[in-house]
Amino acid sequence: MNACSTAPTLSTETDKQIDRVIEEYKDEPSPLLEILNEVQHIFGYLSDDMLIAISEKLSIPTSQVYGVATFYSLLSTRPKGKHIIRVCESAPCHVMGSESVLRAVKDELGIDLGETTPDGLFTLESTSCLGICSVGPAMMVNDRVFGNLTREKVRLILRRYAKDKEASVS
Amino acid sequence: MDGGKCRVLVCAGAGCVSSGCKAVARALSEVVRKSDLDGKVEIVQTGCIGSCDLGPVVVVESDGTFYQHVTPEDVPDIVNDHIIGGNPVERLLHRSGDTGEFEVKLSDMSFFRGQTKIALRNCGVIDPLSIDEYIARNGYEALSKVLKDMTPGQVIDAIKASGLRGRGGAGFPTGLKWMFTADAPGEPKYVVCNADEGDPGAFMDRSLLEGDPHSIIEAMIIAGYAVGSHQGLVYVRAEYPLAVERLSHAIEQAAERGFLGNDILGSGFSFNLEVRVGAGAFVCGEETALLASIEGKRGMPRPKPPFPAASGLWGKPTLINNVETFANIAPIILNGPEWFKGMGTDRSPGTKVFALAGNINNTGLVEVPMGTPLRTIIYEIGGGIPGGKGFKAAQTGGPSGGCIPAQHLDVPMDFDSLTKLGAMMGSGGLIVMDEETCMVDIAKFFLQFTQDESCGKCVPCREGTKVMLDILDRITKGEGQEGDIELLESLGKTISQTALCGLGQSAPNPVLSTIRYFRDEYEAHVRDKRCPAGVCTALASYVIEVEKCRGCGLCVKVCPVDAIHPIELQAVAGDEGRTKRKRPPYAIDASKCIKCGACVAECRFGAITR
Repeated sequence: MNACSTAPTLSTETDKQIDRVIEEYKDEPSPLLEILNEVQHIFGYLSDDMLIAISEKLSIPTSQVYGVATFYSLLSTRPKGKHIIRVCESAPCHVMGSESVLRAVKDELGIDLGETTPDGLFTLESTSCLGICSVGPAMMVNDRVFGNLTREKVRLILRRYAKDKEASVS
Repeated sequence: MDGGKCRVLVCAGAGCVSSGCKAVARALSEVVRKSDLDGKVEIVQTGCIGSCDLGPVVVVESDGTFYQHVTPEDVPDIVNDHIIGGNPVERLLHRSGDTGEFEVKLSDMSFFRGQTKIALRNCGVIDPLSIDEYIARNGYEALSKVLKDMTPGQVIDAIKASGLRGRGGAGFPTGLKWMFTADAPGEPKYVVCNADEGDPGAFMDRSLLEGDPHSIIEAMIIAGYAVGSHQGLVYVRAEYPLAVERLSHAIEQAAERGFLGNDILGSGFSFNLEVRVGAGAFVCGEETALLASIEGKRGMPRPKPPFPAASGLWGKPTLINNVETFANIAPIILNGPEWFKGMGTDRSPGTKVFALAGNINNTGLVEVPMGTPLRTIIYEIGGGIPGGKGFKAAQTGGPSGGCIPAQHLDVPMDFDSLTKLGAMMGSGGLIVMDEETCMVDIAKFFLQFTQDESCGKCVPCREGTKVMLDILDRITKGEGQEGDIELLESLGKTISQTALCGLGQSAPNPVLSTIRYFRDEYEAHVRDKRCPAGVCTALASYVIEVEKCRGCGLCVKVCPVDAIHPIELQAVAGDEGRTKRKRPPYAIDASKCIKCGACVAECRFGAITR
């Protein structure tokens, strides 16, 4: 990788943190996916520089690292909002009216799927089945799952997250 | 309350968590402590009890009383009136959907009466965080029996003799898979549990991992012993954080007790278990894609053979079974293959867990003997269709499956009968659809899903499903042409025959099966530009029924294009109620309406029709 080997412009702190993650998985036979999951967990997303750094540290071609990072829907190469809203778009939720839920989220936040609010608070995504089909329509905010949604309930939940910026909604 | 300890079960499955069971459990602890019942009442947070739509659910174990929709405010009454006073709290009891009479005990409820629980034997009964509760219900006894009294060959023979077939979808005989892996040359060998449950509408694997993780661990150790493997991996999808947490906890406990690690129970056999978390890719439920993902690659399937039993993880012989398959192993070992074969049908012995969802009164998880008629599941256990509406179809097998229409309601639910109807068992998702569902829309919806999830490796799946989706999209927009239906059929058949993996081969199923049973609906869309169910928005026209409109104006607020306006009262001919009206009714300007449906969702009087 001569021509395209740009020295990553990562801060030393970021670089160290990535080293720590890689160290943790050094005994695994093929830990790329776990490392990417972990690095994203720390930084919220995977920047180009991070991917290049990981590829060099693991001696895996950048193309392969990038290929994996963009294949899986839960890995992101773009920064995201503080709270990630994932509306379930699977069939049982569809039958129970998930479109109306999605529209309620869009109306409330003024963003479309894949977008982030200008204040960086919310990112809206859809997700595959969350497995709580019996209480559909459902959505997930960060790691928390909400079921039996109505337009009204969606508004309440989002307003709670917007108000409580530290995300300790219970 | 008698002298013994009173156990109060609080369902802590993901469905109940989403309806607030944690607050109920906290309130229970609090009230129990305040009432000086510490040590007399034990609050157990269990895995999924199964009746998710009734959550949060609380069961008083001593007398089996079942409480539904419990809030923290109800808790003092449960403790004071019932646990101390001995009188069940009537307002929280379940009523029969048919007769309206109380069904006090869990065992009285029609939802549970028709079930036979083998895989789900401990779900909703034990605390998944406690290995002692698992052991108290014969946990790890099968492992001990296998290690002490059976050779690996005898274990494989027992599984073969039971006739157990893989519960992940394809229904391949489990015993054969074990034998192939055991016989394959190469070291080390691996045992992998496929917990990448991706089929929309199927959530039994999640419930098993959350509610009874030790049963999976025990079965994987037994499998390791049988095939000669010392390393197991559970691949769990990232969308199931609670399952990952409980499984990891259970693995630690099992290791502490000597069920995992070196020299298990003094037998000399060693086995270790790890959890791997996915990153969101439906195709990883396909076994070769799953293995690629564990190897840190993009989750892309590869052609078979070689099958994983011969060349799997890192090129080594690998046994892959689904979660529910593993959940059946310990009972088979303990009770014998004959016992297992005594249930279900000849070619599909045992039970199957179905996840009921969609337009059905009782949603949740049900486990019934194979071969139980669909009608029994939907009407007796599931309580029928809400709102007195008619049954239209049930989709089985998720996006890979097909639909079963009303004329086949009596089909026995087993692997072969479903395949004959053009549907498939799949992992057991059962989505019930009422008469207001548009089958073209549903087919498009499923195809949209598989098209999104196609990994892009082979042309039939990548390009073929795209073209099919474009045609369906046109049809639902009222731009269908003569010949479209035939083209869909021919494309679907070609894709089924030529795609690389199960995802592509089965992707056209929802379209082919809806054309097979609901061709007239497709024709109505194509020829008459009409959606009989009134679902396809482009073909709908929204109208407010003057008689039902109360003039509340909620619809006006949500209309994004300002298409709804009040009508002059004088203009409402024959409106009997007009003298009593305080506010004028509204009407929709069809020229402005973008048919988004927001007003329909908002109207509380059902006044807006499509």
